[in-house]
Amino acid sequence: MPQNEYIEQHIKQHGKRLDHEERQRKKQAREGHRVAKDAQNLTGWRAKQFNKKRYAEKVAMKKKIKAHQESKLNGPSTPKQDDGEALPTYLLDRQTNNTAKAISSSIKQKRLEKADKFSVPIPKVRGVSEEEMFKVIKTGKKNHKSWKRMITKHTFVGEGFTRRPVKMERIIRPAALRQKKANVTHPELGVTVFLPILGVKKNPQSPMYTQLGVLTKGTIIEVNVSELGLVTAGGKVVWGKYAQITNEPDRDGCVNAVLLV
Amino acid sequence: MATVIPPPSKKQKREAQQVREVDLVPDDVPNVLIKFQASDTGESIGGSIRVPGGITEKQLEELLNQLHGESDEPVPYTFSLLGDKEDLIDIRDNLYKSVLKPGHKTTEDFMTLVYTPRAVFKVRPITRSNAAIAGHGSTILCCEFAPNDSGRMCTGAGDSTARVWDCNTQTPLYTLSGHSNWVLCVAYSPCGSMIATGSMDNTIRLWDADSGKPIGSALTGHSKWISSLSWEPLHLVKAGDSPRLASASKDGTVKIWETTRRHCLFTMSGHTNAVSCVKWSGTNIVYSGSHDKTIKAWDISAGGKCIQTLKNHAHWVNHISLSTDYALRRGCFDHASTRQTSKTMSAEQRQQKALEIWEKAAKLNGVINERMVTASDDFTMYFWEPTKSSKPVLRMSGHQKLVNHVAFSPDGRHVVSSSFDNSIKIWDGLRGTFLGTLRGHVAPVYKTAWSADNRLLVSCSKDTTLKVWDIRTRKLSVDLPGHADEVYAVDWSTDGKRVASGGKDKMVRLWSN
Repeated sequence: MPQNEYIEQHIKQHGKRLDHEERQRKKQAREGHRVAKDAQNLTGWRAKQFNKKRYAEKVAMKKKIKAHQESKLNGPSTPKQDDGEALPTYLLDRQTNNTAKAISSSIKQKRLEKADKFSVPIPKVRGVSEEEMFKVIKTGKKNHKSWKRMITKHTFVGEGFTRRPVKMERIIRPAALRQKKANVTHPELGVTVFLPILGVKKNPQSPMYTQLGVLTKGTIIEVNVSELGLVTAGGKVVWGKYAQITNEPDRDGCVNAVLLV
Repeated sequence: MATVIPPPSKKQKREAQQVREVDLVPDDVPNVLIKFQASDTGESIGGSIRVPGGITEKQLEELLNQLHGESDEPVPYTFSLLGDKEDLIDIRDNLYKSVLKPGHKTTEDFMTLVYTPRAVFKVRPITRSNAAIAGHGSTILCCEFAPNDSGRMCTGAGDSTARVWDCNTQTPLYTLSGHSNWVLCVAYSPCGSMIATGSMDNTIRLWDADSGKPIGSALTGHSKWISSLSWEPLHLVKAGDSPRLASASKDGTVKIWETTRRHCLFTMSGHTNAVSCVKWSGTNIVYSGSHDKTIKAWDISAGGKCIQTLKNHAHWVNHISLSTDYALRRGCFDHASTRQTSKTMSAEQRQQKALEIWEKAAKLNGVINERMVTASDDFTMYFWEPTKSSKPVLRMSGHQKLVNHVAFSPDGRHVVSSSFDNSIKIWDGLRGTFLGTLRGHVAPVYKTAWSADNRLLVSCSKDTTLKVWDIRTRKLSVDLPGHADEVYAVDWSTDGKRVASGGKDKMVRLWSN
């Protein structure tokens, strides 16, 4: 808060005097008297300032009165400024939807729909820093090299993955933190099923984590729902469907997710 | 947005490959018996005449002129066959092709041919833009030619002024400034001496057409904007008076103004919603169409009493056209008049001439019969004979969007309707039956204007073009691009020399052949 607004702050905290309105009204009522007194008594520079201000006020007032009188006699004296929106009589009462307006509104609508398509149960997640995600592993004979990283979060590693030779492996996904299945809840049916994970669609933290298959809260995973027996509109059994992780797997030791329907 | 004719459909292509019949009149067509009958008076001339079955229109015309005894100045005619059910079948080219071959009549039958004189002069189709005159500071909302002179034209615009243009030199002549808001409608008085402008600022102003000076101050009284203006027909004006003015307004009233003392004679309130169009007919009845779905007829000779309420429309009534519109607008002038004509004629002569012109347009089979067509937002039009009945003669349906404008041809034989479904439709002006559709515009058609000889029509549209249509062939005659934006107003001068148009691009354009 700016330091000079202490009066406002005080009013906010303590309110106004109880007779504030009354005092304002009285002050307003005596305004004329004050001005008259000033006009008579002020001298020097202050008188000059005062008279200048008073003169400007009077001119403005007279102009206003004159304009009022004219408009009473014969309408507004100056023609209306052209705003480029003149329409012939036969179009006046119609809602002519401006084409530019229509286009912009349709674009907005489309954006809205698009956003709706990608709206997920957990729209925002906490950021995870690299220090938290990776543990630096020292290597070398004297343990002075530190190019190796180990992921501290749970990961999904695809079927048939073979680790690279130790010499080459920069990022380690610990076998103990690998997850193959998730507890997936169907939000409408209210049932939870333990389903195999097919892949990581998107990790909101970073595309690199998506590639690595890191499972954090808010990650979209693809799960195998053939057990649920869902059927498409065409009558085929659905087997892959997206779900979003709702818990922090590294805190719970399991993956809980909600199905995106 | 030039019109591109769509490629022929498969059906059209197949039809083009078919063996075509040749338009030849066979030699062995026997003679037939015919009789001529005038379309306006119903008189027949010459008794029964034996003519060859393959007689052409030209030959019929010659024959009829001989019967009338007018060999040196022949009058052109159109002929149609009077059918069994009092319907008319137009004769084009020759009798064999139009009547005998389609089997309307056989050679044994007696035929009655109804003849209508065509305009003795011919308006050449406009083909080019003479001038684009800048001057208005805003959208042009309305334009009208003077009834007596194609050299004078008045436009109203969104910059609160109306302007009078000299079309001969293509220069602005006068600026009529006084309104404080958009000028929505302009109307020349049928004597050509006054211009009335109605505006968004709820007032009407009168101007002297010759000097561009205002006549008095504004006519105030309406509480909302003026939507339409209509002058009293010249033949109804009391001797020594100037014609009165009817104005319709958004506030739901119609007012009749006395133009010499400039005060409101009477206010006709009865509509419950905005009045969109007002027309003063030659029988001294004012018709008003309104957004409350009704059309009301007000008898002016009885002090503005509502004598009829026509209630068939299901949505706003947008526009009214009378079969005598053109005759009433022209007043005492014809295609050869100039501004000098009105000065050389006395007031009585003018009224006499106006009455003649109006009667000629209004008479059908010797009886005065003003027809009316109303266009509406419910996509249909109704054909009325309001002096005879409060029931419509016919419901004219076919448009797929609202109908914005209808116009009777100057001779009252055709009606055209312009609609927001991009099409213009032609209807029979005597009975209201559908005749054909004019397609070509690619956006809503706003207005149409007839040429004085009934042969041509010009339409203005949202697609920035004007199009000239040939009524006889029902085809596009000329496409006139030129405007840079929507065209809101179009008018064809009464001598047929010029067309003026204006719209959103703030340019007044003059077109000629």
